[in-house]
Amino acid sequence: MSKEWPLWEVFIRSQHGLAHKHVGSLHAPDAEMAVNNARDVYTRRNEGVSIWVVRAADIVASSPFDKGALFEPANSKVYRHPTFFPMPEEVKNL
Amino acid sequence: MDAKVPHLVQYLLRLGDNALVLSQRLSELCGKGPALEEDMALTNVALDLLGQARLWFTYAGELEGRGRDEDALAYLRDAHEFHNVLLVEQPNGNYAHTLVRQFYFDTWHYFLVGALVQSSDPRIAEIAEKSLKEITYHLRRSGDLVVRLGDGTALSHEYTQAAADELWMYTGEMFNYDAVDEQMVAAGIAPPAAGLREQWLAHVGAIFAEATLAMPSPDAWMQKGGKTGRHSEHLGYLLAEMQFLQRAYPGAAW
Repeated sequence: MSKEWPLWEVFIRSQHGLAHKHVGSLHAPDAEMAVNNARDVYTRRNEGVSIWVVRAADIVASSPFDKGALFEPANSKVYRHPTFFPMPEEVKNL
Repeated sequence: MDAKVPHLVQYLLRLGDNALVLSQRLSELCGKGPALEEDMALTNVALDLLGQARLWFTYAGELEGRGRDEDALAYLRDAHEFHNVLLVEQPNGNYAHTLVRQFYFDTWHYFLVGALVQSSDPRIAEIAEKSLKEITYHLRRSGDLVVRLGDGTALSHEYTQAAADELWMYTGEMFNYDAVDEQMVAAGIAPPAAGLREQWLAHVGAIFAEATLAMPSPDAWMQKGGKTGRHSEHLGYLLAEMQFLQRAYPGAAW
């Protein structure tokens, strides 16, 4: 079955969630069924959720070998992190 | 109102029995679906229907006033006391049978429960409203899959057409109103048969056209009996399995 049905990655925004979060993957013959299946497998029918599905083949991931080159420079420069600003009371969920 | 209660109880039992028996059939497929995702979907539908059956039974038991709760109604009635339509007790067969049975039922269920939302009985309207969201999804799913199988490969088309033809004779009973149904219509509790049948035929026709399936004749001979307790031989086996534990250890708490 998995030979015929491509793999889809599933992202779900929960009822009070702000962003879609990767929750897992599944096999489905096309996008519509992938959404249906994602709803059955991952949401158990919670109302007010949003589902994104994307073919796993369409996702380009960074290579683990590039980890140092991509991420190390940011870690060594604290002035790049906006941690010195007090957060206003009104700003929630950041 | 009081004079109507026995008929109303009967009507509620029909609604509950349809949901319960189909739920039991779908549960048989747990772990046997053609793919993990389908397996999940089938059991989800089974759980939805079981939840609906519980609501109908609880209300029926209250109205009846004989102290029978949902468990007593599900586990301690024999086949001739069940009032489900023959369609839902049909065996799962191959996957096309399961899906076509589901599609025939979902279409009827959707239009029926959609109308029950307007029922003059507030409790029925409430249960209908809660169930309709689930049924809307069931119908979308089974219709979609019938199109996929019917308009799929030559083999899937052949299987689906065969299932559509074989199960067709069990669809007439849903619109075959007897005194119980007519009384519900007269009381504004249930929708009339003619309108339902029209909606059902139109939707099934549209999906079958999309699925490249030939729709059997609406005038074909139709099997009936389930609503009045005369069932096919399948129901007895289904109940024997479903009720075994409660019969073996009656009154046990669980």
